[in-house]
Amino acid sequence: MANPTAEKLSRDEYFYGHKACAGCGGSLAVRAALKVLGQNAVSVLPAGCMSAVGFNFPQLCFSNNSIISTFAGTASMLTGIEAGLRAKGYSDFTAVGFAGDGGTADIGIQALSGAIARNDNIIYICDDNEAYMNTGIQKSGLTPFGARTTTTPAGSNIHGNLRPKKNMFEIAAAHGIPYAATASVGYITDFIKKVEKASKIQGTKYIHVIAPCPTGWGIQPDETVEIAKEVVDCGLWYLAEYENGEFTLNHKPKDFSSVEAYLKKQGRFKHLDLDDIKTIIASRDKKWAYIEKNFAYR
Amino acid sequence: MSRKFLSGNEAFAEGIRLAKPDVISAYPITPQTIVVERLSEMVEDGSLKSDFIHVESEHSALSCAIGASAAGARAFTATSSQGLLYMAECLYYASGGRFPIVMMNADRSTALPWNIYGDQRDSLSQLDSGWIQVYAENAQEALDLALMSWRIAEDKRVSTPVMVNLDGFVLTHTYETVEIPEQAQADKFLPPYVTDNRIDFANPKNLAFSAGPDTNYIFKYKAHTGMLAAKEVVAETETAFAEIFGRQYSGLLDSYRTEDAEIILVTLGSIAGLCREVTDRLRAHGIKAGVVRIRYMRPFPNEEIAAALKNAKAFGVLEKDISFGNEGTVFTNVNSALQKAGIHIPGYNFIGGLGGRNISAGEIGEIFAAIQSGANSVNFLGIDDAEKTGGDGNGKSNS
Repeated sequence: MANPTAEKLSRDEYFYGHKACAGCGGSLAVRAALKVLGQNAVSVLPAGCMSAVGFNFPQLCFSNNSIISTFAGTASMLTGIEAGLRAKGYSDFTAVGFAGDGGTADIGIQALSGAIARNDNIIYICDDNEAYMNTGIQKSGLTPFGARTTTTPAGSNIHGNLRPKKNMFEIAAAHGIPYAATASVGYITDFIKKVEKASKIQGTKYIHVIAPCPTGWGIQPDETVEIAKEVVDCGLWYLAEYENGEFTLNHKPKDFSSVEAYLKKQGRFKHLDLDDIKTIIASRDKKWAYIEKNFAYR
Repeated sequence: MSRKFLSGNEAFAEGIRLAKPDVISAYPITPQTIVVERLSEMVEDGSLKSDFIHVESEHSALSCAIGASAAGARAFTATSSQGLLYMAECLYYASGGRFPIVMMNADRSTALPWNIYGDQRDSLSQLDSGWIQVYAENAQEALDLALMSWRIAEDKRVSTPVMVNLDGFVLTHTYETVEIPEQAQADKFLPPYVTDNRIDFANPKNLAFSAGPDTNYIFKYKAHTGMLAAKEVVAETETAFAEIFGRQYSGLLDSYRTEDAEIILVTLGSIAGLCREVTDRLRAHGIKAGVVRIRYMRPFPNEEIAAALKNAKAFGVLEKDISFGNEGTVFTNVNSALQKAGIHIPGYNFIGGLGGRNISAGEIGEIFAAIQSGANSVNFLGIDDAEKTGGDGNGKSNS
């Protein structure tokens, strides 16, 4: 696929008949990525939504080779599969992991760091829905500031989660990884292109894709793509790449859309007051000042 | 065939070289380190064509081995103690997925208190993890098990991972003369691993899936019967091994002078040699002693234990393990074997060697004397008054 777009994607389905909730952003990311990588992708999914909805014997929903890993072991199992298949004489395959935010930034970060440090030839995709949705919306290391989860309740004393998201993209980049990227299912063509690009690069590839969860975010199922666009448009997420030791910004909104509008559409942010929103905007502006200074734009 | 003066770890590494695993993923921990160092050197000098993966933890070591096995590759790892506990989740994963990985475990005490020396509390705590567990006595057996374990694990009737246990330091670091087989012999004994339980591009698979209440028990039952099938496969494997290498092993356990023994000491691992030596001394004084060394803790040799102990008047179990609040786990298992066989003789548990504490010939002599005269149900070597330290106070019989 020389110039992949959503329209040109394969009609073949590799993740089909699963039980994901209506409007699931994570399943959209898995579906699109596997269409890019094709039949010879070997997917590894840890405990989490995608394995819970896709791997219930005898209802098994991947038409490519797929396996559930331990929660902490997405990257280490990818390493083993890549090494094992290579040892058995295979070369035409892609070992790809799909782990959620908790599986990546919390329990799986050690194995991921190990794989990147060894430069194992794998693609690791973090489908980030910003909380432990599979277990009922608990805070993860990638839950944003202010979000209400079942373990960061919003009351009059504490307004939800008090800590910002871990910066997984730059953590991956800090290893000197051959390729890392951020993406959003709201900008699906950008995501598809990044998966395609990653599949052509030798060594470890990390793609961090925002994948809204209607249930956890408190939005309607048909708002997933829209809200995944809006998080980029309002500047709370950004589309970027890290390659050859350099950061590149792929998409620069002319003017940011309203952060408040983005937040207030979602049940998880409904409780935020003006001070909270100011804090979020200030942190966005600080981040973008950093991006302007350190990221090339093309 | 050549002879070399090797430690248990080094002998095991030689056995692994002969088994030619495709993938080795390991993380260092004392006293396992020498085995992975030697394997690294073999990869470097080209005498072992394995992909050696420097994982960042034991959890990843086994997770990686599972991935490699799912790709149809032969995968090896090695660990010890805290490392075994750290990877515990993956133990169940490997056995549940029926991935025939072989792992060497250097038996070592578990913290707290921290201790790097040998006891068997690490591996015995994982008896229920679904792995075949075998305990080597000496360096030659360690090497031979490094070869035999693959053939047992990979047998279609078994498809179960194998944990080969070597007593930390006492076996891993002690040097003995070891016969090293020729590669051609090893190749004849151990064919390449071929399986359907793997990633298949012609017929894609969904592996390591979930199974709910309607089907889960079927998978567990099959894991159980696969493990039980290993009893027969161990025997077949040892016969084939003897034909090629000339060394015959004795199956799930190893009995010494038990035929007419009145008092029998059951144990496992490297302490068995000293127990046999003490037995000979006692025999010289007309005391009919015998020793059973359990080789395989899983599958457990229920029938073999019953057969070995059925004519004894009393028995003891000496183990480097304690299940706090009860007794040594080996003792529990041995009692269960006897109960099922309808054998009701007094039995006593001797807990020794914890944290690497030496077990002397004198103490083993005292153990035999205690078996003969009666003792507490649970006895800690080195502590006189068992009641002070958790002896159950039930007196002299547990039957």
